[in-house]
Amino acid sequence: MSATGIGAAVRRKEDLRFITGRGQYTDDVIRPRETRAVFVRSPHAHARIRGIETSAAKTMPGVIAVLTGAELANDKIGNLICGWMIHSKDGTPMKMAPHPALAFGKVNHQGDAVAVVIAETQVQGRDAAEKIKVDYEPLPAVTDPAKAKSGPQIHDLAPKNTIYEWSLGDAKAVDAAFASAKHVTRLDIVNNRLVPNAIEPRAALAEYDAGTDQLTLWNTTQNPHVSRLVIAAFVGMAPEHKLRVIAPDVGGGFGSKIFIYPEEVVCLWAARKVGRPVKWTADRSESFVTDAHGRDHVTHAELALDANGKILAMRVKTIANLGAYMSTFSSSVPTYLYATLLSGQYDIPQIYCEVDAVYTNTVPVDAYRGAGRPEATFVVERLVEVAARQMGIEPADLRKRNFVKSFPHQTPVIMAYDAGDYNASLKMALELADVRGFNKRKREAARHGKLRGLGYSTYIEACGIAPSQAVGSLGCGVGLWESAEVRVNPTGSVEVLTGTHAHGQGHETTFAQLVSERLGIPFENVSIVHGDTDKVQFGMGTYGSRSGAVGMSAIVKALDKIEAKAKKVAAHMLEAAEGDIVFRDGKFTVAGTDKSAAWGDVALNAYIAHKFAGQELEPGLKETSFYDPTNFTFPAGCHICEVEVDSETGKTEIVNWTAVDDFGTVVNPMIVEGQVHGGIAQGIGQALLEGAVYDNDGQLVTGSLMDYCMPHAHDLPSFKVGLTETKAPSNPLGIKGCGEAGAIAAPAAVINAITDAIGSENLIMPATAQTVWAALKNGQPRQAA
Amino acid sequence: MYNFTFHRPTTVRQAAGLLARNPDAKLLAGGHSLLPVMKQRLAQPSALIDLSLVEGLSGVEQKGRSIVIGAMTRHADAANSPVLQQLLPGLASVPASVGDPQVRNRGTIGGSIANNDPNADYPAACLGLGATIITNKRRIAADDFFTGMFSTALEDGEIITKVSFPIAKKAAYEKFKHPASGFALVGVFVSKRGPDIRVAVTGAGANGVFRVKSFEEALKKRFAAKSIEGMTIPANGMNSDIHASPEYRAHLVGVLARRALAKATA
Amino acid sequence: MPAVSMTVNGKAVTGDVEARTLLVQFLREDLRLTGTHVGCDTSQCGACVVHIDGIAAKACTTLALQCEGAKILTIEGLAEPNGPLHPMQEAFREHHGLQCGFCTPGMIMAALDIVRRRGNDLDEHTIREQLDGNICRCTGYHNIVKAIAAGAKAMAKGGARQAAE
Repeated sequence: MSATGIGAAVRRKEDLRFITGRGQYTDDVIRPRETRAVFVRSPHAHARIRGIETSAAKTMPGVIAVLTGAELANDKIGNLICGWMIHSKDGTPMKMAPHPALAFGKVNHQGDAVAVVIAETQVQGRDAAEKIKVDYEPLPAVTDPAKAKSGPQIHDLAPKNTIYEWSLGDAKAVDAAFASAKHVTRLDIVNNRLVPNAIEPRAALAEYDAGTDQLTLWNTTQNPHVSRLVIAAFVGMAPEHKLRVIAPDVGGGFGSKIFIYPEEVVCLWAARKVGRPVKWTADRSESFVTDAHGRDHVTHAELALDANGKILAMRVKTIANLGAYMSTFSSSVPTYLYATLLSGQYDIPQIYCEVDAVYTNTVPVDAYRGAGRPEATFVVERLVEVAARQMGIEPADLRKRNFVKSFPHQTPVIMAYDAGDYNASLKMALELADVRGFNKRKREAARHGKLRGLGYSTYIEACGIAPSQAVGSLGCGVGLWESAEVRVNPTGSVEVLTGTHAHGQGHETTFAQLVSERLGIPFENVSIVHGDTDKVQFGMGTYGSRSGAVGMSAIVKALDKIEAKAKKVAAHMLEAAEGDIVFRDGKFTVAGTDKSAAWGDVALNAYIAHKFAGQELEPGLKETSFYDPTNFTFPAGCHICEVEVDSETGKTEIVNWTAVDDFGTVVNPMIVEGQVHGGIAQGIGQALLEGAVYDNDGQLVTGSLMDYCMPHAHDLPSFKVGLTETKAPSNPLGIKGCGEAGAIAAPAAVINAITDAIGSENLIMPATAQTVWAALKNGQPRQAA
Repeated sequence: MYNFTFHRPTTVRQAAGLLARNPDAKLLAGGHSLLPVMKQRLAQPSALIDLSLVEGLSGVEQKGRSIVIGAMTRHADAANSPVLQQLLPGLASVPASVGDPQVRNRGTIGGSIANNDPNADYPAACLGLGATIITNKRRIAADDFFTGMFSTALEDGEIITKVSFPIAKKAAYEKFKHPASGFALVGVFVSKRGPDIRVAVTGAGANGVFRVKSFEEALKKRFAAKSIEGMTIPANGMNSDIHASPEYRAHLVGVLARRALAKATA
Repeated sequence: MPAVSMTVNGKAVTGDVEARTLLVQFLREDLRLTGTHVGCDTSQCGACVVHIDGIAAKACTTLALQCEGAKILTIEGLAEPNGPLHPMQEAFREHHGLQCGFCTPGMIMAALDIVRRRGNDLDEHTIREQLDGNICRCTGYHNIVKAIAAGAKAMAKGGARQAAE
C-alpha cells in the first residue's frame, strides 16, 4: 500500500478551503444584479385558498414581482413528480397527486408555498411578503399515519388517502409457519418521524441568459443531473440542453438534498420572468416545514420461532406516512428499500410484509440516511432481541443460531446476499465492547443508582444502489449506474469527472487515491470534478452508499480504457508490439527489456501524436465509462450499545459504543470511520433525542432547533470502531459502502440497551428522559417465556 | 426583523431619557433573548437602547454581607468571578449553566431578569436567595419582582442597574436542561441563610418562577435532602410541552431539590 | 442609514447599514466574507461564531451596530493568506474534524474560545460540554473532540500564536 493509495488514511484534499472559510456553498455564490425570493407559506395544514391579495405587497420598497400558483399554472410549469412506480397488491398503480411548485386552490401542509416575492433584498422581500393577504378556508387535517385512512380526504384521486397497498412475500406460507411455531414474539413499533437538518439550509440561485436562452441553477443538490432531468423533462422548465445545474459545495445532505423541490423550480421560473438572477436560501424554520422528512412508520411485527430459537417466519404490517405530496423517491423507501431487508442477517425461510402508504397533511416524507433500511433493521433487531429475552436465550446466541452462514444466500424478500461473515463482526464486537465484563459494570452502576443495559444490533443493508435492470423491474424510473470520465492532460496530470456528488464524504480524496494508485502518479496530480452538468457527463448522484461501489467502479472501468490506450501509445513510442507493453508503477516497459517510457512522456505523446498516424490511433487520452453494478452490495456488522439510565429522572447516558462493520474494501479508513461516527450519531439522535411532532391541527410543534433536539457533543460518547472485511463480489474494487451503516444500526442497539436496563419493552422513540421515566413508572415488568 | 432606531447612551440617565421619549423602545443588554424574538418578527420595538456603553453597570463585588452583580455583567464573567466562586459558589453555577458558551459570553443578568422567561435560570437564583433587584428608581425584593411569565414589577422607564444577593452559607442550583434549547426544563435553587430557607423553582411553573413552601417548611427541621425524601409537588399548575408533562415536571422538582440540597450541604 | 465602522480581520471597515442588520449579514453580504455561515435562526447551531474583541459570539444574534468600534475576527482572518494555518485549523484537518465543512468555521472559532477560557490541556468531557453551542450533523463530534484537544495542545507548543487581531 502506498502512502496515498487504496487503504491509506490520506488527509482530505477538500479540507483546506473549508477550514479557511473559502468553501463556496450556494448562498456564497453571488451573481451580478441578483434578487431574493421570499416565499409566503401556508400557516394551515389543510385549507382551501379562496383568494390571494398581492397588490399591497407589489408597491412595497424593493419589490420586483409577486407571483402565485395561478401564474405558474398559466405559464404551464409542470408538477413535481415521484420517479418510482409502485403497484398495489391488486395491480393498480400508486395514486400520485399533483404537486405544483406553488399551491393552486388548496394547501396541503403547513409550509406549503402559496406565493413568492422577488425583491432587491431578503429583508425587503420579507417586509413585502407580510403584506400578502391569503384568504384561507381551513379544513380538517390529519397527520397521524394510523388515522390517515379515516381522515379528511386530501387529494381527490386518492380515496381514503391511500397511495398504495403493497405487499411482498408469501402470506400463506408465513401463516403456515406461524401455525407450527413454538414461540411468537409480537411488537407494535413506531418509527419516529425525523427532520434531516443538514446544517447548510437548502438554497437555490437561478440565472437566465436571454442572449443564449440558457438557464443556470446553483443548487444544494446531491444529484445535479437528476435534478436537471426532472426539471427539464417533467416540470418542462427548459430543454435539458438549455439548463445547467451546478451543485457547488454542499453542506450535508443525508438524503434531504436528493429531491427536486418547489423552490428551485420557482427560482428558475422567476429568473426568466424578471430577467435577473433569483436567489432563495431557507431559514432553518423554513427547512423544518419544507425539507423532506424521514421515517414515520407505524408497524405491527411478529416473529415465529421453534423451540430452539430458530426463526421460522416473520410477518410485518406497516403504515408509511408519505406526507402531503409524493416526493421524488418517496414511494420506494417503505417498499423496496424496506421490506427487502427484513431478513436481516438471518436465514428466515418465510417473510410476508404489507405496506400501506398514505397521504397526510404533513411535510412530504422521503429518503433520509438509510432510507427504509433503518426502519427494517429496527423491526428485525427489536423482534430478535425481545424474542431472545422472552425465550431466555442470550441475545447474541439467538442471533448466532440464525445467522446466514453460506453465500450466496437468497432471502424470501428479493435480495440475494453475496458475501459476508456475520459471526466475525459479532465476535469482534463482543470483545471490543468487553461484554464479558458487563455484569460487573452493571452491579457497579447499581451502587450509584444507575440502571445499566446492553443492546445489540446486527444489521444488514443493501447499498451500491443499484443494478439498473433490477430496479427497473421494481418500478424505478431511472437507471442507477454511474459514469466517469478520466482526462489525462498532456503533462500527465489527471482530471476525473464523476457523476456522483460529495457533500461531506470526501470523494475528492478517496477517488484521487484510486487514480493515484492505479496510474502510479502522485496523489497531488489528480483532481476530482463533480457537481456541474456542463462539465460532467450524465450521472446519478450520491445516496444509498453508492459512490464508492458504483461511482469508483465507473472510474476503474475508465482507467482500464486509459491504460489500454496508453499502452498503444507507448508501443509506438517504444517501437514494440502492444502486447509486450507492461504498465506498472507509472511506467510502461517492454517486457523482457529495459526499454521504458514514463507516464508523463506517454501522456504527452498521446497529445502531440508525432509517433503514430491518426488513422490507426486517435490522438488524445480521455476515456468515459458507464458502470452498471450486477448486484446490490450488502454491508453488515454488529453495533453494541451500553447505557446507564438515571432511575430518578429517566435520563439515559450512552456510556459505551462499539461498532464493527464489514464494508468490503476500505479505501480511506479515516474517512470511513468518520462516516460511521456520523451515522451512529444520527441513529442515536433518532433513538434518544429527535422526533418531529405534529399537533392535531397539523402544526409542527418541533419547528425549530429550540424544540427539535439535534444531538450535541455532550449527548454522545466517543465510539469504538472496528472493521472486518469480506469483499463485495459484484464490483471490481470489492467495496460495499459505509455511508448509512451507523444510522441503520444504531436505533435498535440503543432501544435494546435501554429496555435491557429498565426491564420493560414498552418504550417508544425518541426515548427521552420523560419517556423512559414513564416507562419505568408504568411499564409492565418483562414476562419470562 | 422590523427596523428600529438604535441608540447607545453612556449613562443610565440618558438611557432613561431615551426610554421616556420612545414609548415603544426596548433596552438592549446582551440581546440573546430579545434579538431572537425580533428575528422572528414577534416583537416590533420602535427603538433599541443599547446599554453596553453605559458605565458602571458591569462587575461583581462584595458589599458587606451581599454580592452585588451589575446588570450588564455577562454570564461568563459572573460565572468566572473569583469573588462569587469563593463566597457564593452556588450562585456562580447559575450563570455557568445558562444557554451555551457563546450565549454566556454575551448574555447578561439584567437582561435575563427583566425578560423573566419562565425557563430562565437567574430568576430561580434571585428568588432562591431572596435577592434585591436595584433599578434607577428603587429596590425591589425578588419576592415582589417576578409577577408571572415574561412579566415583572418593572415600570415604564425603569432600568435594572444591579442585583444584590445575600451571601447564604448554603446554596446550590440543580438544573435539568431542556435537551434542545438548553433552557431549564426544571431548575431548582435552594439556600439557607440563618432561619431563611428558600426553595425556588424555574422552568416548571405555568406562571413562571415560584417558591415551594412545603419543601421550605420541611427543611426548617433540618436543611438536608433527607428532610424532603419522597416529597413532591402537585402537577396542577405545571408547564406542559412535548418534553415534559406536568407530572414529570412536578416529579423533577422533588428530585432536583434533593440533589441541590445534597450539593449545598456537601 | 446609520454608518458603522469596525475592524475585521485587522482591517478597518465601514458601511451604511439598516439598524436591523445583523453582524453576520454585514460580514457576508456587505464585506463578502462568506466563511461565516448561517445554519439556523434561533441562535442554536453556532455556524456563525466569530470573535468580537477576542470573545466568541454568535454573529446571527448580534447587530452590526453593536460592534461599532469593535475588533472582529472571522475564520478568514485566522491565518495569513498563503501563510501557515493556525494550529487549530491544522488539527481539524489532521484529525478529520470536518466532513461537509459547513459548521467548521464556527466550530474552529468556538474551539479557540474554549482554549481561551479553559487552557491548552482539555479533556474530552470539557470539550463536549463546551461545544454546547455548536451543532455538527456529519461527524458525530468524535473527531471534532479529538481535533480540539490536539489543536489546543499544539497552540501551547507554538507559543499560542495569536491570530491577526
